[in-house]
Order: sequence, then C-alpha cells, then structure tokens
Amino acid sequence: MAISDAAGYAGLGLKKNPSSPRTLFSSVMSVVATLCAVLAVIPLVAVLYYIIVRGLQYLSLDLFRQLPPPPLGDIGGFGNAFVGTLLTVGIASVISIPFGILTAIFLAEFAKDTNAPEENWIDFAVNILAGVPSIVMGTFAWATVVLLTGTFSAVAGGIALSVLMLPTIVRTATEALEAVPGSYRQASVGLGASKIDTVMKIVLPAAVPAITTGVMLAVARAVGETAPVLFTALFSQFWNRTIWEPTATLSALVYNFAQVPYPNQQNLAWAAAFVLVTLVLFLNILARFITRKRG
Amino acid sequence: MTMNPDMPPSAAPMQSWRRSDTDRFLDKAFLWLTGAFGYGVIAVLLGIAVQVAKAAWPAIQQFGLGFLASQRWDPVQNIYGVLAQLYGTLVTAFIALLIAVPIGIGIALFLSEDFLPDKVKRPLVFMIELLAAVPSVVYGIWGVYVLIPFLNPVARWLNQTFGWIPLFSSAPAGPGIHAAGMILAIMILPIISAISRDALVAVPGSIRQASYGLGATRWETIFKVIIPAAFSGIVGGIMLALGRAMGETMAVTLVIGNSNRISSASIFDQGSTIASLLANQFAEAGGLQLSSLMYGALSLFFLTLIVNVIAEYIIRRFSIKY
Repeated sequence: MAISDAAGYAGLGLKKNPSSPRTLFSSVMSVVATLCAVLAVIPLVAVLYYIIVRGLQYLSLDLFRQLPPPPLGDIGGFGNAFVGTLLTVGIASVISIPFGILTAIFLAEFAKDTNAPEENWIDFAVNILAGVPSIVMGTFAWATVVLLTGTFSAVAGGIALSVLMLPTIVRTATEALEAVPGSYRQASVGLGASKIDTVMKIVLPAAVPAITTGVMLAVARAVGETAPVLFTALFSQFWNRTIWEPTATLSALVYNFAQVPYPNQQNLAWAAAFVLVTLVLFLNILARFITRKRG
Repeated sequence: MTMNPDMPPSAAPMQSWRRSDTDRFLDKAFLWLTGAFGYGVIAVLLGIAVQVAKAAWPAIQQFGLGFLASQRWDPVQNIYGVLAQLYGTLVTAFIALLIAVPIGIGIALFLSEDFLPDKVKRPLVFMIELLAAVPSVVYGIWGVYVLIPFLNPVARWLNQTFGWIPLFSSAPAGPGIHAAGMILAIMILPIISAISRDALVAVPGSIRQASYGLGATRWETIFKVIIPAAFSGIVGGIMLALGRAMGETMAVTLVIGNSNRISSASIFDQGSTIASLLANQFAEAGGLQLSSLMYGALSLFFLTLIVNVIAEYIIRRFSIKY
C-alpha cells in the first residue's frame, strides 16, 4: 500500500525515497492501521465462533417447546422465554413504531416548514434519549408500570423496550422522510391534496423501505437487550397465561443461567445466546439488504 | 388560505377551490397529532428523570450528596453510598476508551482512506457494524467462559512481574475491573470507528488532494490535514462511546465480580459499576435500599446525560461545514 504511495509520484524526478524517514513513517503507520482493523475483527470472529460451537451443539426444536429446567438434569428448553421475547418486543413495537413514525412526520414534514425551535428541542431529546443507559429505562418502567400495576409483567418489559426503540425509529424515519424528494410533495399539493393526504399517501409510502430498515434495527436491538427487562418483565419458569404476569425472555435467561454452576442450565444459556445472535444478525443483515436493494 | 375575502359569495366556480372545513380540520388535527407525539419524546425524557427522582427521593433526603462520596453499601445497617460503583463506572469506561480509541480511529482511517478496494472495504465495514449488533448479554456469557480464562494468565503474569505498580498490585481472581474494561472496549469499538469514519469520509477530497499536491505523504496528510478537519466528529464519537460504556450493564455485570467496595488501585480487583449494582440488587430490594438504587440510577442518568450533551454540543458546534 505504501508502495503505491511512492509509485503514484513516479517520474519527473519526483520519485519518493522509500527509506527516507517521512516515507518510512508513512509505511509503518499503514501497517499499524491494517493491524487495527485485523484486531477489531478478532473479537467478532471469536464471539461468533464460541456462540456457534457451544450453542449449536445443544440446539434442537425441542428447546422451543419445553420449559427452563431445574438445576441438574435435562437441558429442558426455553419455549416460554422465546414466546416472552416475542411478546415483550411485540408490545414494545406496537407502542414505539407509531409513536416514532408520527414524531418523525412532525420533524420532517411540519417542524421543518416553520423553522421552529421545537424541532431542535425534539431532535435534541431524541439524541439524548438514545444515550440514556438501558438499565435506567428499566428503572423508569419499573417506577411507572410495575409500581402502578403491582406486578412484574410483559407490558412493563415492553414499555421499557419501547423507550429503547423510540430514538432509533425516530431518527431513521426522519431521515427516510427527508430523503423523499420535495417534488413529490409539490406535485401532491399541486393536485389539490391536503397535507394529511400528501403525507400519508405520497411521502410515507415512498419512505417505507427505509423506515422498515430502521424499525428492524430497533427490533433487533430490543430482542437482545436484557437490562430493561431484568426487573420489569423479570423472569418466569412457566408459560405465560396473560401479559400481566412475570415473563421470561431469552436475554434474561442467558443472563440468569450464565451465572449458575449447573451444566444443564449453562448449556441452555449458550443455546439461547445462539438463538439471540442468530435473530439479531438475521434482522441486521435483512435490514441492510432492504436498503441496499433500494439504493 | 389564499382566498380573497372580497370575493363575492356568488362566485360559484371559485367556491370549489376552497377546501372543505372538515378537510382543513383534518389537516390541523393531523398536525396536532404528530406534534403531540413529537413533544411526547421530550415528555418521555423528562418522565424518566422525574419518575426515577421520585422513587429515589427518600434516599436523596437521607443521604444527600454524601451518597456519591461514601463507599459504604450496607443493607444490614441500611446505609448506602455509591462511591465504589462510581469509581468502577469511571475506571472501566476509562480502560475501555484507552484501548478502543486508538484502535477505533485506526480502523476508521483504514476504512476511510483508499487502502482497500471498495469490494473488500464494504464487507469489513459491515462486519464491524455487526460487532455493535451483538447483544450485550451475549458478550457477557462469552466474557465469562472465554475472555476471562484467556485474560487470566496475562493478568497473573502482569501481577507477578509488575506487581510493584499499584495498578497491577492485586492477584487476579478471574473476574475483575480489567475484564470489564476489556469487554467494554470491544463493545464501544464499533461506535468509535463508525462515527470517526463518518467524520473522516466527510472531509472533502479536494483538501486531501491539495495536501498530496504539496508533497505530503499519506500519513502526513492524515495527521496534519484530515484528522484536524474531522476532529469534532471523532471527539463527539468518543464522547458517545464513553456514555455508552458508563451505562452498559449486562456484559459488565457478568465479568466484573460485583464487589461493593474499592479494595485498592489495582485493575485486577473485583468491582462493580452503578449499572451492575442495579442489575444485581434491584429485583430483590425494598425500602431504603430500593430508593438508594434509584438514586444510583438517577446519578447514572445525569452522568451519561452530561457526557451526551457535551458530545452533542461538540458535534453540532464544531463540525465544519464544507
């Protein structure tokens, strides 16, 4: 790579001297930068390798049908936790997707027109919300929902996760709406459409693929998050009968069973971690694919 | 809206130009609806602060600001302070930055300059983004069963060879502050490299060409022209990563050892962070302990808030528009 540096200036007596301190420093730094990139890929490969090796060996369809095991004995399964993850993330999505998209419409379609300061404030709040530690979101949902309803529940977990998903959805949806060319809006208004029709029938549909990407990234993040559900949904050894009772999630199961000395529960934790990673990476890659295809 | 009020009411064809009242009402309602949700985001943010502060109130009254200066966490006597956790939070985040900043910027440079053809570069960028997507708890279980056993011999060697340095003075027991710092470094690496890369890519090519044209080598250009131009973005990214590292919970809780006091300056000590304390004790706590945990959560909220506001400020204020 450094060679190409020198070669680029060949001719006319401007050729670089590869052993001069300046060029030497450049070459060394190039090697260092390359090493940095290699170094960063190592943990990713190491994490994926161990998750696959340790998780895959216990994976079976039965895991999705059975309940978490008591210490020692069979591996059991994480059926209730899998359902619980779908349940909490589903509740979070039902709240945060409309909330996020409506906010994005306000930011991209209305607040911009008026050049109002509120756009700045909301934008700022979104960015700050994105930086709030997820465990603090858990304490918020606990103080708001668990205290109020008197029980740990899938709803409390879902609300905590919805706060987590909100900034991602608002940001990506705002960007998606802003990327829709202004000519679409002008054409729509010119044909006599009202604002609501312009946004809902013209601008929003054009932005749907990019919004979908954002939503999938937010869902992927929520699926893997543990801290917000830790003391909102808590955990449960049983199948859910309602959404108003303690609910197991895959991420909480990995956390709980990673700390125990019992091999069967540890193995289940690895298998659950494998399922989590598979889900999350699948969503990420799919999201990427949607944007790629559009772009 | 653009109707002329002086228009005679008999101008029937003009009448159809005016949108119906329901139509206009719907538009207004739609604006209000979206606005309500927009302001709702601010309300959620304030709601978090208010709800957590309310739950923390008994502990705030009891301990005041001394809460942050005492390292006594004693559920038996019902006396609480989070100095040890504050220390753990800051030290682990600092170790993480120490490792992740140089490597992250190195990666960002590697992936923003023309070292690699696009065909190789794009999958590499994607892989590093995936590093950010792996759930925290998965890093945690990996940390417990893979990273700690791997770090142990290294830590033991450091302790035996450099034990006279306070930093390495305690015998490593497996989990500890160093392991938490390491795992945080891995977790914030993608944030630093992604944001730095965005900042570096945004530097216009003409500046680069001008530098090359003056005879600068690649790295002279990078250090003296490109990095200064992208500086605010890089620093903003580092601040965001710092906020993330301080609030990170699951992976840290699993590898830090969860000791509630500062035993020495050694990084091989077991420790705890505010987030790990919450994860460990919240579900079983009650009374003043619970409200102390809430106080801890509030401190963490403001700590990350300050860091994130500074990050926002740097990114907005100092970003050079080309």
